[in-house]
Amino acid sequence: MSRAQQNRVAITGNEAVALAMKQVEPDVVAAYPITPQTDIVQYFSSFVADGEVQTEFVTVESEHSAMSACVGAAAAGARAMTATSANGLALMWEVLYIAAGLRLPIVMPVVNRALSAPINIHCDHSDSMGARDSGWIQLYSEDAQEAYDNILQAVRIGEHPDVLLPVMVCLDGFIISHSLENLKVLDKEQVTAFVGDYRPDARLLDAKRPITVGALELQDFYFEHKRQEAEAMVRSAPIIEAVADEYARLTGRKYSFFEAYRMDDAEVAVMVLNSAAGTARAVVDQLRRRGVRAGLLKLRVFRPFPGAALAEALAGLSVVGIMDRAEGLSAAGGPLFVEVRSALLGRPRHPLVLNHIYGLGGRDVGPDQIEQVFADLLRAAEAGEARQQVTHIGVRD
Amino acid sequence: MTTLKELAARPERLSGGHRLCAGCGASIVIRQLLAAVDNPMVVGCATGCLEVATTIYPYTAWRTSYIHSAFENVAATISGVEAAYKALRRRGAVAEDFRFIAIGGDGGTYDIGFQALSGAMERGHRMLYLCYDNQAYMNTGIQRSSATPLGAETTTSPVGSVLPGKSRPRKDLTAIIAAHDVPYVAQAAPHRWRDLVTKGKRALDTDGASFMNVLAPCPRGWRFDPAKTIEILTLAVDTCFWPLFEVSEGRWTLSYRPKEKVPVAEFLKVQGRFRHLFKQQNREVLAAAQAEVDRKWEALLRRVEG
Ligand SMILES: Cc1ncc(C[n+]2csc(CCOP(=O)(O)OP(=O)(O)O)c2C)c(N)n1
Ligand code: SF4
Ligand SMILES: [Mg+2]
Repeated sequence: MSRAQQNRVAITGNEAVALAMKQVEPDVVAAYPITPQTDIVQYFSSFVADGEVQTEFVTVESEHSAMSACVGAAAAGARAMTATSANGLALMWEVLYIAAGLRLPIVMPVVNRALSAPINIHCDHSDSMGARDSGWIQLYSEDAQEAYDNILQAVRIGEHPDVLLPVMVCLDGFIISHSLENLKVLDKEQVTAFVGDYRPDARLLDAKRPITVGALELQDFYFEHKRQEAEAMVRSAPIIEAVADEYARLTGRKYSFFEAYRMDDAEVAVMVLNSAAGTARAVVDQLRRRGVRAGLLKLRVFRPFPGAALAEALAGLSVVGIMDRAEGLSAAGGPLFVEVRSALLGRPRHPLVLNHIYGLGGRDVGPDQIEQVFADLLRAAEAGEARQQVTHIGVRD
Repeated sequence: MTTLKELAARPERLSGGHRLCAGCGASIVIRQLLAAVDNPMVVGCATGCLEVATTIYPYTAWRTSYIHSAFENVAATISGVEAAYKALRRRGAVAEDFRFIAIGGDGGTYDIGFQALSGAMERGHRMLYLCYDNQAYMNTGIQRSSATPLGAETTTSPVGSVLPGKSRPRKDLTAIIAAHDVPYVAQAAPHRWRDLVTKGKRALDTDGASFMNVLAPCPRGWRFDPAKTIEILTLAVDTCFWPLFEVSEGRWTLSYRPKEKVPVAEFLKVQGRFRHLFKQQNREVLAAAQAEVDRKWEALLRRVEG
């Protein structure tokens, strides 16, 4: 594949998502509005109204029905997509597991927003983190460019015959969804060629070969199928790499499981998901100018969790701060922290691991907060121990 | 289809060997309905007795394409299948003329699946939604639903020292769906099989959403001898407890008028779930059950004549 000519456009994160969906042109989109995802549904409705896509757009009466309609459509043999945020994702919860368990490669942008209560419309990751064990692949996006690129790759990853799992593409509500950004996009034809066709082995709409989907499985079969599902998640890792390679050849933009920024000789680093990476990168640069060997690890793929590679990447540090934009509410720290720490366990040498919970409900995270995290990390590195393992930053006492 | 012989000669789309109880109304309803269809079809089923008993992996009783997703979402699931069909047909990926049927029990339809059903009807997907109404959550052990009649004993409306079974009358779901102004709505019962098959055909020939509510006695939950399913159905209809009618393009018509309206007690007394109503202290509940049947029947007659 040769490098594609790309167009520069200035659009918001939600427009970028809607554009990716328009270019993929799924057979079925079933979606329901919720802030901050609403623009996506509205843009897509206009594409349908203007005849720019042939997609069947199902204006369902709830997110539970949105995901249910996607399940029906995908099982029927169609490429299906939806998009949601926060409470909408929570309402889908039951059906998320069904989509994954039935091995239906639905693609869903999730515009991250805090879960109620208190009701709040702004960004944090409590919504997608709540769905982390539902059998969905989860890709996180720092900005609109990454959200666009991730959606196109998500279609290929999920539909790969070795995978057949649904994929969530997460981006930060308002911070990214509503900000204008310059990005490079492909032409529709290039996207069509890249994503190819969805050709499931069996489908409901095969008149010659009717099938039963969603049978009851008891003690005798359920476990085997769940293990197959778990194995598919493991098998998705090399597919994610291969799709990223192919995408890089097409666009010049290379993705991996995570981005290691100035990590080669780093002694102290933070790890983040999504938009906070931009701010963290600037703080790292500043600290480097002051002679601090600081680094940043930006995780792109949370499911499948790249534990071994992460442990490798973090091995040389004396301390790492895992920044969670979600409270675990578990008395054991945020979800990212818990997973990274368990990935490090049993390694001959590993850094001190601290957890910093930030930005809940859209609380702004500026360079000062990330500097504060680094200060805490450096203190811990010097003392050889953490004063406190889990710290909430940017919050009033 | 006019004779039983013809009906019996139709290909069997729900094979034997499933695990529904002997005398279960649900399987009779579904076999009759599927006999009305010549086209290839996709059937969706909500969680419930019919679903668990017909698709125990690695077996399936369905000789059609079939999908089960969850309890409350069969209408939405089939909405997605139907949308997929339109899209795939448009791009030439499906050639056949498919039909779509969503099936739910009364729990999956009147209660937890009500929102998804209402949405699908309003959007006008070309599907038949069929409710097999056995008047309680049978699969989980006979709990009351909003289809459970006044006075019936279930495990969540037990007869106690102060309460005489369910305290509220049934929700009139058929009328509620008719109020959605979908092109075709009908109420049926499988002892009048020709009526049921005809209504199924009309529903499936409808270019849009259609709905059928079909009474499906449950020998276990209603507590009667499994050999008596058809007798019980006859009484349900002849007492006007379960009237047969259709609403086609907004016009209400009666499909059957009993020659003589039998007292509802005749229907109730043959079922264990109503046994307590015949005790002296529950006379008022029995009278209220009759009054409820009369009130609904008269309202229906007004609609039919109006
Ligand atoms: C969300 C959810 N809540 C509860 C259940 C448990 N459940 C399964 S089937 C059922 C009752 C089904 O009743 P109905 O729809 O009337 O069908 P029937 O079993 O009577 O044929 C219930 C409560 C479930 N599967 N899913
Ligand atoms: S419990 Fe009732 S509804 Fe369920 S299979 Fe048995 S007879 Fe049919
Ligand atoms: Mg029931």
